[in-house]
Amino acid sequence: MNEQSIERREHYLNVNYGIRSWLFTTDHKRIAWLYLLSVTFFFFIGGFFATLIRLELLTPQGDLVQAETYNKLFTMHGVTMVFFFLIPSIPAVLGNFLVPMMIGARDLAFPRLNLASWYIFILGGLFTVAAAAAGGVDTGWTFYTPYSSIYSNTHVALTVVGIFITGFSSILTGLNFIVTIHTMRAPGMTWFRLPLFIWAHYATSIIFILGTPVIAIALTLVGLERIFHLGIFDPALGGDPLLFQHLFWFYSHPAVYIMILPAMGVVSELIACFSRKRVFGYGFVAFSSLAIAVLGFLVWGHHMFVAGQSVHAGMVFSLLSFLVAIPSAIKVFNWTATLHKGSVSYNAPMLYALGFIGLFTIGGLTGLFLATLGIDIHVHDTYFVIAHFHYIMVGGAVMGYLGGIHFWWPKMTGRIYPEVWARIAALVIFIGFNLTFFPQFILGYLGMPRRYHVYPPEFQVLNVMSTAGASILAVGYVLPLLYLMWSLRYGAVAGANPWRARGLEWQTASPPPTDNFDRTPIVTEGAYAYEKEPEEIYTFGKPAHV
Amino acid sequence: MSDLSIVRAHQFDDIEQQHDASWIGMWVFLGTEVMFFGGMFTGYTLYRNAYPQAFASASNHLDIWLGTINTAVLICSSFTMALAVRSAQLGERKPIINFLLLTILLGAVFLGIKFTEYYFKFEEHLVPGAAFNYEASLARPAEIFFSFYFAMTGMHALHMIIGIGLLTVLIIKARRGRFSAVYHTPVELVGLYWHFVDIVWIFLFPLLYLVGRHL
Amino acid sequence: MAARVDALFFFLVGVSLFFAALICILIVYFAIKYRRRSEDEQPAPIEGDLRLEILWTVIPLGLTMVMFVWGAKLFFVTYHPPSNSLEINVVAKQWMWKVQHPEGQSEIDELHIPLGRPIKLILTSQDVIHDFFVPAFRVKKDVLPGRYTTLWFEATKAGEYHLFCAQYCGTQHSGMVGRIVVMEPTQYQTWLSGGTTGIAMATAGAKLFQTLGCATCHMENDTGRGPSLVGLFGKTVQLQGGKSMVADETYIRESILNPSAKVVAGYQPIMPTFKGLISEDGIFQIIAYLKSLNRQEGAQAQK
Repeated sequence: MNEQSIERREHYLNVNYGIRSWLFTTDHKRIAWLYLLSVTFFFFIGGFFATLIRLELLTPQGDLVQAETYNKLFTMHGVTMVFFFLIPSIPAVLGNFLVPMMIGARDLAFPRLNLASWYIFILGGLFTVAAAAAGGVDTGWTFYTPYSSIYSNTHVALTVVGIFITGFSSILTGLNFIVTIHTMRAPGMTWFRLPLFIWAHYATSIIFILGTPVIAIALTLVGLERIFHLGIFDPALGGDPLLFQHLFWFYSHPAVYIMILPAMGVVSELIACFSRKRVFGYGFVAFSSLAIAVLGFLVWGHHMFVAGQSVHAGMVFSLLSFLVAIPSAIKVFNWTATLHKGSVSYNAPMLYALGFIGLFTIGGLTGLFLATLGIDIHVHDTYFVIAHFHYIMVGGAVMGYLGGIHFWWPKMTGRIYPEVWARIAALVIFIGFNLTFFPQFILGYLGMPRRYHVYPPEFQVLNVMSTAGASILAVGYVLPLLYLMWSLRYGAVAGANPWRARGLEWQTASPPPTDNFDRTPIVTEGAYAYEKEPEEIYTFGKPAHV
Repeated sequence: MSDLSIVRAHQFDDIEQQHDASWIGMWVFLGTEVMFFGGMFTGYTLYRNAYPQAFASASNHLDIWLGTINTAVLICSSFTMALAVRSAQLGERKPIINFLLLTILLGAVFLGIKFTEYYFKFEEHLVPGAAFNYEASLARPAEIFFSFYFAMTGMHALHMIIGIGLLTVLIIKARRGRFSAVYHTPVELVGLYWHFVDIVWIFLFPLLYLVGRHL
Repeated sequence: MAARVDALFFFLVGVSLFFAALICILIVYFAIKYRRRSEDEQPAPIEGDLRLEILWTVIPLGLTMVMFVWGAKLFFVTYHPPSNSLEINVVAKQWMWKVQHPEGQSEIDELHIPLGRPIKLILTSQDVIHDFFVPAFRVKKDVLPGRYTTLWFEATKAGEYHLFCAQYCGTQHSGMVGRIVVMEPTQYQTWLSGGTTGIAMATAGAKLFQTLGCATCHMENDTGRGPSLVGLFGKTVQLQGGKSMVADETYIRESILNPSAKVVAGYQPIMPTFKGLISEDGIFQIIAYLKSLNRQEGAQAQK
């Protein structure tokens, strides 16, 4: 394969040019790129806020920014990262690109709805950026009432409108995935031959559909209370401030599973490919995704153990929270077992996958501390919680995202990224991450509360350690930005299947043609049949092009 | 069969797949709507349980006649909608348009009555906010009741307005002859949506208008 | 109590270290032992092993259930303060803690307590949600507007300990800190009687009861428009509509601010609301006064 043959062959990137062919595309692969650019933008905005936070926390006094500014910083960091990076990242970028390809379809069920999804996402983002530019919001990303509904003097309504709008983007993406996976699988692609990436996205889509509307209404009610002075959460009227917490966490807990399930799907693909064998316990891993999605809806009260719920409610939520941990543990054990007697290579995507398993395990185990009622009293709303969720979201979800981007980069671009730099970046990220967040577990146990602009001097040493780690982590994130862009022009040209993987997406050219496959694939084996050659797994039938 | 290929979108293998996908898609969407309204119903239920007297008193200030008329209007509109779907299944053209127009008309009547009720509430100082005025001992939970009243019926009205927009689009398509006995999925799907909005009202009406009423 | 929380905490640390180490070691070991040695290497396919799946489902389930029961038992204890606790009222507001001792001493951002005695705090907020957090005692509870929450602890060592607000409450959230001062019982008595003497809460409450006009309807001999409140606190009351409930702090607060919500059976809902006419401190004083009526009644019954 040389330079010229790429240009001569038509594929989804060169089939037409110009800004209009991108902004009005209905090709799921181009829409994935639109999302890739958007979420990268939001990631670095959120990272910018995080940088300022860590710089401020170098010293116990509030000497870098004022208290009000600091409160806006952590709020905007949370809102941007949660709603505009973590939730969309893997589903809207990798999911959009790969779901049709992995099941042998030409596109998603509703391509125009998919494009609308992206525009809605951008519209929501604009509202939120506008709120930030107009002065920001300082309620914390959790918007607890009555502070958010009555007392805050910041742009709460504008921000909740932005999040509300973006929620529709999630709902439509989830709807598209569910319908596509149900109705558009290629001949022979039965449910139990689906890649685990698809199972993960199916489970995630269920959460999108059932959970997102509830936060939509919770935030709508806060917005209505602020604008029209409706008194639903106002304690002065006899309103219940806890009602908001229940409505908010009913979505926001399942939301964290939206953030992690797709990453787990990516990890399954990576572990299988770079061990060159099928995932151990495929059925168990598939069902554990569904179990996490279902159980995840039953545990929201564990955010409210000290909020004033009854002691019995606390016990029920604690028990269920332990149960939801079990399917995740099952996955970790199955992934580890997959390595046994495999053929393990150390390409960058695999480094991210292995790092994910380790860091997710630590994050998940610390979740048990929070599920334990007697311990949560002590560490709730401290840096212990912050460390826990960053281990899962950054050590887990972001690593999964980066691993996936690297793995499928050749498929998406027709280019290989520079392997040496990628491994260096993975290592820098791993080290920087642990140095940033492990000290925070200790800080939390010692009693440092969250969202503190100033803190007692005895906490300084650990804070300095954390900020030092953050500076290393930041370097680690900038590296891929640079070398991935470099590879678009100067990277080695990729073949259809540079990793010799078995997924359907690798049985077509890199980059793929607009309709993904020249001929309709017919599937005769399950996913990850590494002991067979691709020709034995897939045959190609009549021409796919209509 | 050549006219069928005009209406099959390129990502689908055949008409059946497209039809299945559209149906599942609409049901999934209605599922999200159930969760959306469900949040408000949950909040309403909790507060009604906490303040039964105030809620009963406030509910009695709603105009039960207008509410009942509106319920009848909406049920009729579901009937005309079902007739429109039936006409589409039979491949007729003019009856589809007429029944859709009737449905829009009934929907407009509903909205007209609703906004008249809103106006009356405004005059009676029952809109939550600075101008809210109510018997002192029940005033605060009553204001919560009216907050839910406006939020829930307002959200419902918004869905009706969107529904009327969808019906208008259907009429335009029907006039252009886009529906036949073989292909009329959009009519069926909008029918589902319209029936759902109707069902939400069937729940809203007794919960809001009929608290503690005796015949 | 703190020691018990720590014991559970370090049990979890142990379990976590074990499993984290197990996974990390296994990953590294397998990744090295089974590293790819040639490009065309093809490992044998392995589907899975039901016994292993059961093993690594059941063992974590067992361990988590141990954690659950242990944690739930500790949690239950925190919800049940001993009956001989010293009750102290706390009103949180942006951005300070107002502490009110029953004997009349009031403090801002400080709480002096005797060691060796269970202390029960009754907390409420004047504005947004706050949280009373004392890391040294391993206690924490949200403080809500419009409601009372409680927490209890017993200090075993004299000294000063951090008090933090642990629920984000606005601009000066991180400034809403204070200290708990634990003293020997004799020192505590000295501290109580020294300094600015406040009126005992029950006495202040009795005064409010008169000045706000409560006494006009709630007459002691039960001949007024409202029921007598002597001996009320802690009693089970019959409400209109058939329900009954215990007259605790929350009930009294609601009856003052939202009287029509729960009307006693056999009475008319004519009590006006005192919202805006009485502060959270005032409500605490009325409650203290009503509690003192129980003691009086008890003393009279013994005569």
